[in-house]
Amino acid sequence: MSDLIQRLKNDVRIKEGLNACIHCGTCTAICPAASFYNYDPRELTAQVQEIIAKNDEKALTELLSSDYIWYCGECMSCKTRCPRNNIPGVIIEALRALSQDTGLFAESEKGRQQLMIKRSIGEWIVDYGYCVVGDKLNLNLFPEQGPNWQWVMDNMKLVFEKQGAHYMEDGEGPMRKVPEEDLEELRKIYDVTGATERFRIIEEVSEKKAKEMGLQFDETHDCEYFKHVYTYNSNKH
Amino acid sequence: MKPMIVNTLSMYIPTTQTNIDMELKGKERIWEKYQKEIPLNDYYYARSCIRQNFWPGSEQTFIRILQDELGKNILDEKHHTTCSGIAYHCDVVPLETTMTIVARQFSLMSESGYKHFVPSCITSFGVYTEILETWHEFPEIEEKIRKMLSEATGRTFDKPEFLVHPSDVIYALRNEILQKAKYRLVNAKTGEPLKCVDHIGCHYAKMFPEKGVGGAEFPHVLVGMIEAWGGEVVDYPERRTCCGFGFRQYMVQANRGYSIACTKRKFDSMESYKPDLIVTNCPGCPYFLDRWQYVIAEMEGKVYTDDGYGIPVLTYEELAGLVLGYNPWELGLQMHQVSVEPLLEKMGYEYDPTDKYVVGDKNINTRPETPNILKIFNHGEKE
Repeated sequence: MSDLIQRLKNDVRIKEGLNACIHCGTCTAICPAASFYNYDPRELTAQVQEIIAKNDEKALTELLSSDYIWYCGECMSCKTRCPRNNIPGVIIEALRALSQDTGLFAESEKGRQQLMIKRSIGEWIVDYGYCVVGDKLNLNLFPEQGPNWQWVMDNMKLVFEKQGAHYMEDGEGPMRKVPEEDLEELRKIYDVTGATERFRIIEEVSEKKAKEMGLQFDETHDCEYFKHVYTYNSNKH
Repeated sequence: MKPMIVNTLSMYIPTTQTNIDMELKGKERIWEKYQKEIPLNDYYYARSCIRQNFWPGSEQTFIRILQDELGKNILDEKHHTTCSGIAYHCDVVPLETTMTIVARQFSLMSESGYKHFVPSCITSFGVYTEILETWHEFPEIEEKIRKMLSEATGRTFDKPEFLVHPSDVIYALRNEILQKAKYRLVNAKTGEPLKCVDHIGCHYAKMFPEKGVGGAEFPHVLVGMIEAWGGEVVDYPERRTCCGFGFRQYMVQANRGYSIACTKRKFDSMESYKPDLIVTNCPGCPYFLDRWQYVIAEMEGKVYTDDGYGIPVLTYEELAGLVLGYNPWELGLQMHQVSVEPLLEKMGYEYDPTDKYVVGDKNINTRPETPNILKIFNHGEKE
């Protein structure tokens, strides 16, 4: 068996999420991604089933390099209704993990977006202790927040205070400053469990891809490549 | 004339007392699998990444209701963190990372002497549930994570005896809240029940139906609150459709068409029922149902209410807080883009409309800009 396919099969999410699919299409009927993108979770499940059955490493490499694995929104509606207990949304998680760990994510438009997610949510966890940090969510990046959110940002501490919270201050409560000792524990967890290594791969492969695409690349959110992956849509999805 | 309620699972019409008893027992037995055991005290509370940013008043209200109104014991401590669930479902951190961060949360709960873990977030609730189920099925993975946690932090942990969502807790205590209610979900002028849309976060029960009140088919957790507090539930075709978060489909600007298209589908479906409010139990759902109404209005000139203000979207804690008569601006309702005042007026609520955007020193009088299409209430003035 090919090493790549063995890595996929070793993922507990493949063991949990892939049983013999009967192609009833119920997952596709209920899937929000299927109603928006050219995406079909039934087809995806069939493809992965066939790749494993035929030990087809070439087909797996193509799939991991494609936009197709990045359309799912992981709402897991498919889990509820599959009569065979397949979970296409969980199969997707295993594919996306492998796509990043092999660097193949950078071969697709949607896959390249992982750099933005790594440099926001991924880093905020170890910098602030949470996936989301209010004062990073400005209207340039998130214009749909609307004028009320701009007002909140302009008066952050006072708005939070009125609701009994102390924004980025010591102690308990919403949006408190997470103690440094706890952030340090999270950083060590990142090191031990593979998140630090995955982040290194995302940065390294993205930089290489940026050069290939002729886009300026640095560690900021202002570099050409970051802005490109955050906003570019070929509208071929 | 009211339609007769028919038990569609029964193929006979009970005509004798014995048959009626049998049918009731049968119903109870069928409904049993949709029940959930919810502890009524001693909670270890974990905050939510999204909720503490956008609805901090909701998390504070949950604690206030439990501690001050109902005399319950709940621990709100400073060392816990994210579960990393959003990063996990945006696929940027490995499964082992999320499992180990969750194990650390359990370690904090254990060392505090608590056994009832209550995560504010639905994504977290789903993540914790999935991890506990995976560890149950694959004990070798739990062992691996215990070693990883120990190597990274020197910690050990006990698993929680109960994992419940705060909406489960409010559901279980809904009648106690009702006893202290100052307002009902009723139109004060007409006496008619308010028409309420319930929106359940996907990861509450779609992944593990047996872990949610009512399962995935008959989710009752918000319906129970609405009905107990006097409202009427709106049943509309896209009721169970996702709000459109889609994790990476919202986080990355290039993908946001997915998100707004999903949300719009829901609004188009519920519009003709003329709901007075939407209540949610998920962090992202109130955000998307609130913010995308503003965007749809600005992009297409479309507002989903005749009065031009849009449909107010509340968390269940905000709804409970209103039933209890709390100050809406301490609940944080001014952080919503869609104005809540039309709902307050329908309820006959006593509040100070001019206090909405007053922060800190009373002399600081700030106001957000007004959208072009969506109408808003501003310091009590209709704009």
